[in-house]
Order: sequence, then structure tokens, then C-alpha cells
Amino acid sequence: MKITREIVRHVADLARLELGPEEALKMESQLGDILGYIGLLDGLDLSGIPPTSHVQEIFNVMREDEARSSLPVEKGLANAPDREGTAFKVPKVIE
Amino acid sequence: MPLYSETIHSLHEKLREGTVTSTMITQSVLDRISEVDGKVRCYLTVTREAALEAAGQSDERFRKGDVSSPLDGIPLGIKDIFLTEGVRTTAGSRILENFVPPYDGTPVSRLKKAGAVITGKLNMDEFAMGSSNENSGFFPTLNPWDKARVPGGSSGGSAAAVAAGEAIATLGTDTGGSIRQPASHCGVVGLKPTYGRVSRYGVIAFASSLDQVGPLTRDVRDCAIMLKAIAGHDPADSTSARVPVPDYPSLLTGDISGMKIGLPVEYFPEGLDPEVEAPVRKAAEALEKRGASLVSVSLPSTRYAVATYYIIAPAEASSNLARYDGVKYGVRLSDQGGLLEMYRQTRSKGFGPEVKRRIMLGTFALSAGYYDAYYGKAQRVRTLIRREFEEVFSKVDLLLSPASPTPAFPLGDRVEDPLRMYMCDMFTIPVNIAGLAAVSLPCGLTPGNLPVGVQLIGPAFREEVLLNAAYAYEGERGEFPNCKVL
Repeated sequence: MKITREIVRHVADLARLELGPEEALKMESQLGDILGYIGLLDGLDLSGIPPTSHVQEIFNVMREDEARSSLPVEKGLANAPDREGTAFKVPKVIE
Repeated sequence: MPLYSETIHSLHEKLREGTVTSTMITQSVLDRISEVDGKVRCYLTVTREAALEAAGQSDERFRKGDVSSPLDGIPLGIKDIFLTEGVRTTAGSRILENFVPPYDGTPVSRLKKAGAVITGKLNMDEFAMGSSNENSGFFPTLNPWDKARVPGGSSGGSAAAVAAGEAIATLGTDTGGSIRQPASHCGVVGLKPTYGRVSRYGVIAFASSLDQVGPLTRDVRDCAIMLKAIAGHDPADSTSARVPVPDYPSLLTGDISGMKIGLPVEYFPEGLDPEVEAPVRKAAEALEKRGASLVSVSLPSTRYAVATYYIIAPAEASSNLARYDGVKYGVRLSDQGGLLEMYRQTRSKGFGPEVKRRIMLGTFALSAGYYDAYYGKAQRVRTLIRREFEEVFSKVDLLLSPASPTPAFPLGDRVEDPLRMYMCDMFTIPVNIAGLAAVSLPCGLTPGNLPVGVQLIGPAFREEVLLNAAYAYEGERGEFPNCKVL
């Protein structure tokens, strides 16, 4: 798998990262190296092998639908970079 | 011997006899921190006043005879990945440099409930991504055995603190070797319990199908005491297992006669550093002397483990780290240009290079058109690796290997070469992929006076077997030299 400048730009955009020109260049070569190494898996015959998403046989864990106490609003907002009333405040979304 | 360099169980004995108080022990550890932390740099935050207050409360309990846990009054350090109510928690990242959690995570609240004294928060690679502590967003912790070398990572601060006498024991996390590799480099005992053994509620997530919490200690008995205190189901973590918790310390008999220990050929590859291989093989012989039998076994898919891990872990990390967006907590680094621009600026300036690399790698592996070729494939290889362990554990009780392919390496040696850094964890990663339990314990020193760790790997939820073999080995090995912080 060849990592191109376009792929790096596209993936950075998906991940909400902005890479400077030098950073992007370095990323291109380092991701290329790592994915080159990961190419080790290419020769494996995996037909009929099911995927493991989780090592334990855990299914949905349910509890009774009853009200419990949760974090008070003030504590929940205490770390917010910006707030208004009882809400998190963010920069303008729609022009 | 100064109080700060003793074990949990020896201090507990003295506390019960009344020859020392928790305040004396805590003061000894805090003084030691003042004396050496400027050189080793284990702590991101030291909680002096809270520690002395907790110690005073413990002394009160001892006076009243109201003590039930061997951890009561014992000063412990906590990796900065565990949420601590009212005490800044950064995960080693600038993006969380101002984050003060509103609650304690379960592992910490269980230690506090046992009466432990928390001395502070320990340095780590940013978001637990790294094997040297050089990826900390603040400063690198140094190896107390040789300050020109790394302590390992990501729980490097936790391992170095135990070695340097800056805590009696510590808590770490292990996603691909982050407890065992630094334990090996710093000459301490480090246990990665079975996936699901310890609750991760209030532990900052890196790779959710791999992360596990565990102790770093001075000996195996301390490790058993710590595990007993933190293990067990927690309704707040649905991945914590409903499996009974044995009384680990009382199961340390040292009797391992008839035990079968496998030496996987893939973990002793050609070209393995002889300074590592020799003490590890000697450890195997010590176990044989104690009545275990050694068997050569093979786990052929081991060679795919690092590649598999570097798809699965970054993929899960890219998803887990999406929450750092400058909205709910942590820093916000721009208010210009609207919401999307704020996200981009905050994340680009807030995360360090290795974290960005892994987010990029994981986002790529999960993105449209590449999912099957990378993430889907890695999940299938994961099945292969798991099956081989299951098969081998039908023949042997435990496996033995080096914990790390090299002793501690010099600072700056690998930081510009990510792939070489990733290879540090080639013997520890397969354990996380299969969700098993493993412990690293010191087995010797190189001619350059650097510790070497031997790893014992056990089946899921059989920590008592693992720890008992480690205990038997420790008895045969004898005292391990204390590190002299220069």
C-alpha cells in the first residue's frame, strides 16, 4: 500500500487534524514504513477464520431501568473551556 | 533499611506492631521524592498535604484497631491515566493539562477504600502510547538505574518510582506491554492481569479491547496484595468480568512441583541479545530446580502480533481520542474560524507527534475502502493468535520468555524511528491480543548494571497460578539488588 500526499491529507481531514507541510511529509514516510511492515499480514490465508472483536464472550449487559444519581450539572461543566448557563458553548457552527 | 524502600507486607507488619506509623512512612516517601525526583522525574503531581492527611487517618484506624486491609496506611503512586477526584489528571498530554476530574475511577477508589495513601500522579507516555516515556507531553522520566537511559513505557513513571523509592508500589496500565516492559527496565515486578480482571471505570481509554490495569511492586507478595484490592466485577464497567477474586496472597505457597512451563521458540529468536537471554534462561532453570518441568513449545503466529496490534490499537485509539475536541474538558486552542477550525486547531496543537501518528494510522485503517484490508484482517489474525495460546495452554500451565528483547536503551535512541520503538513490545503484545495474564519480574543484571525481566504468561483468570510460580522463582533467585539512584 503506497501512502500518498492525498491520502495523508484526506485522513487528516477525517481525524480533524491539521498537519503542517513538514509534518505531513514526515507522516507520509512514517505511515508508509509502518504500513509496509503491516504488509507482513498480506500472505496469510485467513479463509474460514472468524474475526475476534473482543476476547471475552460479553454480550449486552443490562440492568433495571431505574433512575440513579449522576454527575451534578455544575461538576459536569466545571472543566468546560467555555459555557453559557447550563450548556457547553462552542464557536459558531452555521454562518 | 529506610522505610521508603520497604515492601507493603513488611511495612504492614510494622504498622500492626506499632513500631512505625503511616505518617512516618508517608513522610519518608515524601522526603525521598524531594531528594531524588528532581533527577528521575517520576511525578507530574505530588499530593503532599492530602497524603499526610490520609496517613493521619490511617494512624487513627490503627490506634482504634479498625484495620482490615494490608494496604492501610501504605503510600502508593498512581499513573496519571487514572481519574482522581480534585487532582489534575493529564494522561501525559498537553490537551488535558488543566483537567481536574470530578470523580475517582474504580481502581483508585478501591485503593482509597482499603486505606492506601496516594502520594501523587506519575508520568507516562502521552495517552499510554510509547515504550520509553519520551512521548510524555511534559518531560521524560529517566531510568533510576542509569539516567542516560529510558525507564520504558508507557507506565515509565510508575516503574521508576518503585525502583527509586518514590512510592511503595504503584498503579499502571498495560495495552501492549506498558506495565511489563518498564517493570523489566527498572528492576521491579509488574503484572498485567487478564482482560476484564480489573475495572477500567475512570481510566482514560487508549485501546478498549486491549487496555488493562495492574500493579507495579517490589516483590510478588506485594503484587498479590495489590491485585486482590483492585480486582473484581464493577457494575460501572460492563467489560469487567463476573469471575470470583481468589485470595491471591494466601495462595502463594511456592510449591510448583509438577508444573509444566513452556518456552516458546518464537520468544527466543536467533540474534536475541545474549545479555537478556542468559538471565532469562537461568530463571527457567531456577523454576526447574523448584520442581517444574520445562517444555519447548511453538506459537508460530507470534511473528504477526506486532503488525496486528498496530492496526487494532491505533484504530481503537482513533475512535477513543475523538472525544478531545475542546468542548467538554481539556484545553481549547482556538476560537477563530468556527467549530471545525476550533476542533482542528485544538487537536493539532494539543496532541504530540506519536498520538497524531496513531490517530492517523487508526483513522486510515478504519476508513472506507481500507477497513477489510486492515482492521477486518487484523481481527482474523487475532483469532489465530488466541487459538494458538488456547492450544498451548492445554499442554502447559505457563509460558516463560523475556519481557523485553533488550535492556533499557539510551534516551533519544528510537524516538525518531517509530517502527523500532514498536518492536520493544514484541514479547508483550501477544498477551494483550489474546487477553491473557502475564507478569514481569527481575531476573538479573547485565554487565552494565541494567535490570533484565523474565515474563511469565498464564491462561485467563489464573493469576494465582502465575503469581505462585513467580513467587517460587523469587524464592530461588533471592534478594534482587536495590537500585542506587545517583
